[in-house]
Amino acid sequence: MSEAVLETKNMHMAFGGLVIFEAIDFSLRRGDRHAIIGPNGAGKTTFINLVTGLLKPRAGEIWFDGRNVTQDTPQQRVKAGLVRTFQINSLFKALNPLESVMLALLEREGRSKPSLRTVAQEKPLIDEAMALLDRFGLAGDAFSITDALAYGKQRLLEVVLALALKPKVLLLDEPAAGLSTQQGHEVFAKLADLPGETAILFIEHDMNLVFQYADIVSVFAAGSMVLQDTPENVRASPRVREVYLGA
Amino acid sequence: MAAILTVLFNGVAYGFLLFVMSVGLSVSLGMMNFVNLAQASFSMLGGYIFVTALQGYGIPFMLCLPIVFFAVAIVSVVLERLIFRYFYKTDDLTQVLLTIGLVFMSIAMATYVWGGTYQRFDMPAWIIGQKDVFGLTLETYRIFLVGFGAVMAVTLIFGLERTNLGAMVRACVDNRRVATACGLNTELIFAFTFAIGGGLAGLGGALSANLLGLDPNFPLRYLVYILIVVSIGGMGTITGTLVASLALGIADVMGKYYVPQFGSFIIYLLTVIVMLWRPHGLMGRGA
Amino acid sequence: MSATEAASQAAAPHEAGRDYFASLARWKVWEILFWATLAGCYFFPDIDRMLMSRVIIWGLFAMSLDVLLGYRGIPSLGHAVFFGVGAYVAGFLGKFGWTEPISGLFFAMFVAGALGLVMGKLVQRVTGVGLLMVTLGLNLIVFDFVLRSTELTGGDDGLQGIVIAPVLNYFRFDIWGRTAFWYAFVVAFVLFVVTRMLLKSPFGLALIGARENPRRMLTLGAPVEGDVSRAFMIAAALAGAAGALLTQTTQTAAPTYLSFQRSADVLVILIIGGAGRLYGGFIGAIVFILLQDYVSALSPVYWYFWIGLLLVIIVSFFRKGLLPSVEQLYDRLRSRKSAGPPG
Ligand SMILES: Nc1ncnc2c1ncn2[C@@H]1O[C@H](COP(=O)(O)OP(=O)(O)OP(=O)(O)O)[C@@H](O)[C@H]1O
Ligand SMILES: [Mg+2]
Repeated sequence: MSEAVLETKNMHMAFGGLVIFEAIDFSLRRGDRHAIIGPNGAGKTTFINLVTGLLKPRAGEIWFDGRNVTQDTPQQRVKAGLVRTFQINSLFKALNPLESVMLALLEREGRSKPSLRTVAQEKPLIDEAMALLDRFGLAGDAFSITDALAYGKQRLLEVVLALALKPKVLLLDEPAAGLSTQQGHEVFAKLADLPGETAILFIEHDMNLVFQYADIVSVFAAGSMVLQDTPENVRASPRVREVYLGA
Repeated sequence: MAAILTVLFNGVAYGFLLFVMSVGLSVSLGMMNFVNLAQASFSMLGGYIFVTALQGYGIPFMLCLPIVFFAVAIVSVVLERLIFRYFYKTDDLTQVLLTIGLVFMSIAMATYVWGGTYQRFDMPAWIIGQKDVFGLTLETYRIFLVGFGAVMAVTLIFGLERTNLGAMVRACVDNRRVATACGLNTELIFAFTFAIGGGLAGLGGALSANLLGLDPNFPLRYLVYILIVVSIGGMGTITGTLVASLALGIADVMGKYYVPQFGSFIIYLLTVIVMLWRPHGLMGRGA
Repeated sequence: MSATEAASQAAAPHEAGRDYFASLARWKVWEILFWATLAGCYFFPDIDRMLMSRVIIWGLFAMSLDVLLGYRGIPSLGHAVFFGVGAYVAGFLGKFGWTEPISGLFFAMFVAGALGLVMGKLVQRVTGVGLLMVTLGLNLIVFDFVLRSTELTGGDDGLQGIVIAPVLNYFRFDIWGRTAFWYAFVVAFVLFVVTRMLLKSPFGLALIGARENPRRMLTLGAPVEGDVSRAFMIAAALAGAAGALLTQTTQTAAPTYLSFQRSADVLVILIIGGAGRLYGGFIGAIVFILLQDYVSALSPVYWYFWIGLLLVIIVSFFRKGLLPSVEQLYDRLRSRKSAGPPG
């Protein structure tokens, strides 16, 4: 069993009086393909918001790559290699995909400080951006305004932006939401090609995708993690059925 | 001691004036997300209508007030139907630019119609002079203002904040489709809210004509105060607006009385500090 | 940068991508025409060169606001503060013996920029109406301070006794505005070129990214709040330069330079021209100042009626300002002309 790269220890969260997590202990191992499932409102997105620092937990700790990052800012966590996508597309509407990916690459390389060098001079990064877009079938749309892209392509761009940062841990909030079954499979097939050391934590409602691409599945419901096991065992578990049917 | 209390009382009277002038902006901003700087022009219009009715037509003071309220309410609804409603969905800055453009126009129009100088008029005899209350010598008009403002505040807090209407307006803003589906007439509710806000601003202008002076630059002079009240009090809360108005009124009158060399400096400074500390106002709903 | 190299080894050179960014940075023909025409104004017979230098100065001032509003998406109702500070700093230098204009200009930019940085740090977490209020409040505070510190600033009457030496020790500021015109033009052009480069750089792209979606920029690891204060600093330094130019070309500095009215005016100018276009400020200034000169001569009182009406019309029908609207029209005409079978 390999070491944990991302861990929460006793993490507690509530919005006002609405308790989302009583106290959650969670760990993601290096290289894992880990799925989170659970009914709507179980707190899956909130979990990602907490881990990435967009929300602060009421109590408990978050460890990433051997460091306590509970007090770190969102940027510090991104710089350390903890990167996410959004459940609802969160893109740069007036920019095109090439410019959007360039933003990520320039940020990754720390080259966005004020300077008089034009973006055009960053030739290797431009090439890298185009190659990345090409890999996800977006090269043909590289120069179209993001807002005008088909929804499926925007969804892909959401993933490409995160990948451009070369994360150690990639957190995907329902990457296939709103895509056709086939498109969903294409996205996951591309992700499966990523280098093995990148850990992927993804939230997904489509069980077929979960069982095909995850090595391990966590089930969230009603303020806690109900179960964490292999896809086969989760599929067979009566607890999971209960959770979903709300018994 | 008596001097302090008198100054305090004057501050409270001024505060109630500010409250009546700014509550309309607070409502449109907080409930409808609409930054209506033209509210200051509504006040000016109210002032001019008041003076014209009182002086030009000899209408009794107490009758002038409802006339002003309804006249300005009608004007503001007309503007809402013609212009403002197309801007509910735009960003803050666009709304600011639109309504400041209207303020500029209103200033020029007031100059055209009423001339560029301060208006002179006579208040009725019963309201001028002074009265002794609890050993303090207070101006009758300010006593009237405090009483009038207090009644307005109570009416609004119970009529708008604690009733269905407030909830209905908010429902309309949050989700028009759902609100419509629930049988609410969103257009009507918006127009109605606007009318009340505009009418009140007009009333505020009428009541202040005597105390603050009325000329075409009125909107620009008091816009800052109205904005300060609304942003400090927290948009959309009538109680917050009341508290902020009173605080500002007292601070301004006291400041100008005891440390005149600082002028409005203290108020501006306090505003900036409050806004940095609580960007949604003292009683605003945090985001 | 070994990571970059390693990554890019895999990526083949991509001409289309490179060309795209190269074309963004390239000077267009109409840009060169614009500056040439502006310079050429000098040679028109009967032209009021003092007025033209004022147009250029206001254009620079509006461009400085564009960095903040158009590129970073931060509205400010208090931008005149930086203009005024630049103006007064240049004025003080001239009054107390440092009469050399170019170093004075730089110093004024430096002070205004430092103030901008501080202001940016103060407001970097505030958004929406709160931001409008804080910038407005700070403007009022500084204005009030300048007006009241009569001994320091001359109060209402403005700064007296400003002396400015000839530019490069040779070109005297004369009453015909010959030196004023060229001095303002050259300074504005140089600052424009620098700003243009800055905005075409990765930093400029990051500003636009933060304007479009600050939360996403944050999750890409960008220093979104730090960028606010940097944008403030740059915008403030440019505004300070505009203020210093006005003081140096007219040898006056008055409290109206940093009044709220001026903040509103510069915002109006930028909105008329179009924000986020770099040239919007200059276009707006040409329209606004020339119109103001013309209308005010007829009836000063009603100037604000027309400017108000213009504002209402612009936000109602040309949401993005004149320049983008003209561009759109041009694009539409061109695409209609070339309409036909796709190919
Ligand atoms: N900022 C917030 N303030 C208050 N309540 C919130 C906030 N964000 C989320 N919630 C509530 O917390 C609960 C969990 O929300 P969350 O978005 O994490 O669910 P989820 O598991 O991602 O659901 P879904 O499958 O629908 O995406 C929900 O009841 C939601 O209404
Ligand atoms: Mg979710």
